Amino acid sequence: MAFYDKLFSALGLSEWCGTPDDKAPLSLADLAAQAGGEEASGPLIPIPSFDNLHESCNRIWQSRDVTNGIEEGFLAAKPVLKTVLDPITQPLSWILDGALWLFEATPWFIMVPLLVAISWYASRSRPVTIFVAVSIMLLAVVDHYDVAMQTLSIIFVCTTISVLFGVPIGIAMSKSDRLQKSVVPLLDLLQTLPTFVYLIPLIFLFSVTESKLYGIAIILYAIVPVIRLTDLGIRLVDRDVIEAANAFGMTDRQKLLRVQLPLALPNIMAGINQTIMMSLAMVVIASLVSAPGLGVNVLRGIRNLELGVGIVAGIGIVLLAVILDRVSKAALTRVDKTQVKH
Amino acid sequence: MTQPMVSLSGLYKIFGTRDKDVLQHVKGGMGKEELLARHGHVLGLNNINVDMQAGEITVVMGLSGSGKSTLIRHLNRLIEPTAGEIIVQGEDVMQLSEDGLRHARQEKMSMVFQKFALLPHKTVLKNAGMPLSVRGEDEATCDREAAKWLDRVGLSGFENHYPAQLSGGMQQRVGIARALTANTPIMLMDEAFSALDPLIRTDMQDLLLELQKELHKTIIFITHDLDEALKLADHLVILKDGFVVQQGEPQHILLNPNDPYIEDFVSDINRARVLRVRSIMTPLDGGQVPEDAHGEVDVNDTLESMIARSGGDTSHAYVVKDGEKTVGSLDMTELVRALVPRVASEAGARQS
Repeated sequence: MAFYDKLFSALGLSEWCGTPDDKAPLSLADLAAQAGGEEASGPLIPIPSFDNLHESCNRIWQSRDVTNGIEEGFLAAKPVLKTVLDPITQPLSWILDGALWLFEATPWFIMVPLLVAISWYASRSRPVTIFVAVSIMLLAVVDHYDVAMQTLSIIFVCTTISVLFGVPIGIAMSKSDRLQKSVVPLLDLLQTLPTFVYLIPLIFLFSVTESKLYGIAIILYAIVPVIRLTDLGIRLVDRDVIEAANAFGMTDRQKLLRVQLPLALPNIMAGINQTIMMSLAMVVIASLVSAPGLGVNVLRGIRNLELGVGIVAGIGIVLLAVILDRVSKAALTRVDKTQVKH
Repeated sequence: MTQPMVSLSGLYKIFGTRDKDVLQHVKGGMGKEELLARHGHVLGLNNINVDMQAGEITVVMGLSGSGKSTLIRHLNRLIEPTAGEIIVQGEDVMQLSEDGLRHARQEKMSMVFQKFALLPHKTVLKNAGMPLSVRGEDEATCDREAAKWLDRVGLSGFENHYPAQLSGGMQQRVGIARALTANTPIMLMDEAFSALDPLIRTDMQDLLLELQKELHKTIIFITHDLDEALKLADHLVILKDGFVVQQGEPQHILLNPNDPYIEDFVSDINRARVLRVRSIMTPLDGGQVPEDAHGEVDVNDTLESMIARSGGDTSHAYVVKDGEKTVGSLDMTELVRALVPRVASEAGARQS
C-alpha cells in the first residue's frame, strides 16, 4: 500500500490510474525489502517524485522514462544533426590531424629554436624567452617533449580558430545591442556548463576516434572570453575619440580598423590570453575522448594509480600554461601603446 | 551683405523618443522645465536663428546646459536636429546623403574637442595627418602637411611622441594642428580651451587669433567663459536654456545688455581690458575735434591702455584716429563712466 493511493482515490482518479503492476523491484532497496518480506520503510510522507507517485498510479511516468525520453529524442535527431554537422566540422578534423602531424614531424632541433624565436618575437623580453627555452628543454629531458608538442598543436589550432570566429562575433555584438542581448546568455551557458557535460552530446554525435570531437569541445569552451572581451573592448573605446572619428568623416570601416580595433586591442589580447588558458584546461579533460597529449598521461596516472606519471604530466601542463601565459601577456603589454607615459 | 558661411534657421532639438510629437508644444511656447515635467523630453535647442559670416570668429557662449555643445554638433550633424535648416556654404546639410555628409565633414568642417580626442595609439604626426589619410591621401602628403601645421602651432620636434607623453596644452595644439591639416574653410571648436589652465589658455587664445589673422577661417567657437568670448568674438551669440538671448557685436552686447541674465554675466568682467575706444568715443560726425586734446589714440586701443596713458587724469581728452583718419574724440570722464556696468550704477543710485 503506497502512500499516495488515498490521494488518487480521493481525486476519483483510481479508474484512470489502472491497476498497479506486479511489484517488480525498482531499486536495490526494493529488492532487499522483498527479500526480507517487509516493505521498504521510508519517511512518513514520501517526496512526491515520479517514482513514488507511480507506485500509486500506473499512469504516472517513472523517472527513468524522462532520461530515456531525452536519450531517444537525441538519438532520433542524431541522423539529421549528423548529416548537417559532419561535413561542416570535417575540416576541423583535417586541421587538427594536420597540425598534429606537423608538430610531430618537425624535428626537435628545428621546433625548439622556432618556438623560442616566436616567444622572442611576441614578447621582446629576454627573461620570458629564456624561461621558454629552459622549460621546453626540461620537458624534453624527462621524455615529455612529444606529448607536450601534441598538446601544443591542439591548443594552437583551437586558439586560432577561436580567435578567427570569436573576434568577428565580438565585433558584431558590439555593433548591435540586440545581438549582444541574445548571445550573452549563450556565452554564460557555455561558461557555466561543467566541462564534462560538453562531451556527452558530442560523443553521441561523432565517433570518439575523430579528432574534431575534442576540437569542438575545446573551441566551445575556450571561445567565450575572446568574444566577451572583444565586445567589451570595442564598447569601452573612448566616446570622444569615436566622435572625433565621425567629425573627420571616417567611414565605418575606417573607424573599425583605425580606431576601434586598435584601441580595443589590449582587451582583445587579454581575451586571447584567457582563451589559451581555457583551451589548455580543456585539453586535459578532452583526453577522455582520445585527445592526445599530456592529458593522456594524467589520465593514466588516475586510472592506474601511477602517481609519478600523473604528477610529471601535471607539472608539464603547468609549465606549458606558464609559457603560454607569459608570452601572451608580454605581447599584450607590448601592444598596449596607450599606456606610454612620460 | 554677402551670403553667410553658415546659416541656422528655425533650429529645434528635443531629446527624447517622441521629439517630433512634442515639437508643437515647444513651438507653442512651452519652456524647458514644463516640457520635462509634462512630457519627459529635454529641450536642447529652441528656435535658433544664427548667421555665421565667412572669415569671422563666431563665439557661442552660455553656461553648462545651455545647449551650446549641442548647437555646434548640429553643424556637422553629429546630432540630428528635430526641425530646422542648416545651410553651409549655400548647401542644406539636412538634405545630404550619407556619402555627402561624410564628404562635407572631410572637406568643409574640421573640429577641435574639449577633451582633445586624439588617437592614443598614434604618434603626434599621424594624429595631425589623420584628416588627410581619412580622405585617402598618400602617406607622404599626410606627413608633410601634418609636419607643416605642427610646426605652425609650435610643436616641431614632438612629431614622434605619443599624445599621452604631452601636456594638456600641447595635446590641444595637436588637436588644432589636426583641424588645420584638414584645411577646411570652417573650424568648429567645442570648448577647445576649457580644459586648460588659465595661463596656457591665454597662450592658446593668442595662438588662435594669430592664426586667424593669417588664415581667415570661419571659426565657430564654443565657450562658457565670457572673457574668452569677448577676446575672440567677432560675433557673439549668448545662449540660455536652448534659445538665443542676445547676439551681435561683443562690445555692443557689453554696453547694451538686453536681458538680466546677460547683465549678470557682464557685471563681473574687467571692462577696461575688454572695451575699446571705438565703442565709447564721441563720433566726429562733422563736429569739432576738442582743441585741448592731449594726443591721438587708435580706435582699437583698450580702455586699460588709455587709463595708463592719461595717468588717471580724468580731465584729459583725446583725438581718436582710425589709421590716418580722424573719427572722433574721447573724454576721459566718458571713459570712467563706461567702466561701471549699467546695472551696478543703477544699484548704486538706489542705495544712495
